Amino acid sequence: MQIISVENITKRFGNITAVDGITFGVEENSIFGFLGPNGAGKTTTISILCTLLDPTSGKAFLNGHDCSTESDAVRKSIGIVFQDSSLDKDLTARENLTFHARLYRVARAERKQRVEAALEFAGLQDRADDLIKKFSGGMKRRLEVARGLIHRPKVLFLDEPTLGLDPQSRAGLWEFITELPKKHEITIFMTTHYMEEAEVCDQIAIIDKGKIIASGTPQSLKKLVGGDVIYLRTSDNTKAADTLQKLFGLEAAEKDGEIFISTPRGDSCIPSIIREIGDTVLSVRMQRPTLNDVFLKLTGKAIREEIQTAGNDVKETVRSYRRRHDRG
Amino acid sequence: MIEANAVYVIVARELKKFVRERTRLVSTIARPLVWLFLVGGGMSRMIPASDGISYMQFIFPGILGMTILFSSIFSSISIIWDKEFGFMKEILVAPISRFSIVVGKATSGMVLSTLQAVVILAFYPLLGLKIGLAEVAGIILVSAILSFAISSLGIVLASFYDSYESFSVIMNFIVMPMFFLSGAMYPVKLMPDVLRFFTKINPLTYGIDAIKHLSLPQGAGVMGTDFPFLLDLAVILASAVIFVTVGGKSFERKG
Repeated sequence: MQIISVENITKRFGNITAVDGITFGVEENSIFGFLGPNGAGKTTTISILCTLLDPTSGKAFLNGHDCSTESDAVRKSIGIVFQDSSLDKDLTARENLTFHARLYRVARAERKQRVEAALEFAGLQDRADDLIKKFSGGMKRRLEVARGLIHRPKVLFLDEPTLGLDPQSRAGLWEFITELPKKHEITIFMTTHYMEEAEVCDQIAIIDKGKIIASGTPQSLKKLVGGDVIYLRTSDNTKAADTLQKLFGLEAAEKDGEIFISTPRGDSCIPSIIREIGDTVLSVRMQRPTLNDVFLKLTGKAIREEIQTAGNDVKETVRSYRRRHDRG
Repeated sequence: MIEANAVYVIVARELKKFVRERTRLVSTIARPLVWLFLVGGGMSRMIPASDGISYMQFIFPGILGMTILFSSIFSSISIIWDKEFGFMKEILVAPISRFSIVVGKATSGMVLSTLQAVVILAFYPLLGLKIGLAEVAGIILVSAILSFAISSLGIVLASFYDSYESFSVIMNFIVMPMFFLSGAMYPVKLMPDVLRFFTKINPLTYGIDAIKHLSLPQGAGVMGTDFPFLLDLAVILASAVIFVTVGGKSFERKG
């Protein structure tokens, strides 16, 4: 069953089109990754699904409710962890959680127990009565995820959940996030521009300049760029290349003293190669395509580099437009 | 639609934070006392008492108005902080109506400002004022209505700004003129026509005038009241309704 369905949504801010006719669906209890560079339209799409923005045209449904006309029903079904922390820094962890539980009308009888469970879940029981001011970035994110789950939503939105975290906290947070669908029967909708983090997703949609340019499982997307690449260093590269051509029909090219071949299933190919020309091989390594390569292939640009700056320009324009036009 | 749970949690949060911030507590109480005793005390040596009212007694209602003005605006301007630091998003995506958020914020401002006005009000015996119990209750009620109106005005102002640089703009171009053009420091009767016009469109003027009715001896010449008591009440009640409605509208807009 599809818990989210987006039908041909467009969102314009003045003459900037932040989201340009996108359509996609998200399966219940899966992890859905919405990828793209800064300014591609990820946050705008999330804001529409979270009822914070109305689309210029098109429809979005979440848990069977229309995101622009049934905002209350949609809001009850979702939890959100924003890019920037939305905790009250002058309150304690427990107070932030209690505030949330009351806001979402968690019954009094259950409130205390759910707050305690959330603290335990975030691993913050011993810091429950400390002000958020004193928390590290990783602790705040864990608390925000736990807070987003207090009212038992159907969908949890995570907008760049690991932005600004150190590698150790990032790894910890992912471990924590990937367990959620099984433990809580919840769908995760996440955005990120760290491609390697998207490997945990069941389904991925890649968005660039407001349009979805590819979607599928991480594996199927990686097939788009061809297969694995095997690099060999041998005592006689020319001879090895000839043999590979003759025996396997593999086209080998040479670069920096190594020959490399492209093949869909590198892992099962290596043993046969070694069997045939093993005595001449000095070293062998294999590279799997990454989602970064997918992005590179689809857009002709790497996700993190120069387009980042261009994307930030769009982002700034949209922000200043919203500053002028939406008071709220 | 107003959800009671939303109003309650928003007010509870503001109260909790207010009690926790000792410096804010001290400074909001200290400011009116400094004005009352240092400015009022100094000026009363130059300005003779008229019709049995000393200058310090005359400015007492104005100082209560000042306490309410600053505290209410400050309380509502915290919306800008909430936007800047992200907490507003947590409230905006909750399943509650925008109007509840506005009523919650205005009620927080009302509770905090009225509490502070009560603290300042407790100084009246030191000024030689004789105020009966019914009048004290009346002053507290007027303070509550006025606080709600000005807090709602603050919400409307806050909806136009989203960075804290705008705070000084609001303070210098709206709050200070509102204070000086309210009959707090000098009688409205003595003002030139132009200034009197601005005084008459300022809701704070009517709140302070209502408190003058309840705290100063009646029929007291130039230092006495400027408008009928019922008009004062009508204006502050109407401002409360108008500002909270406009505040609600300004929050309901989506991008």
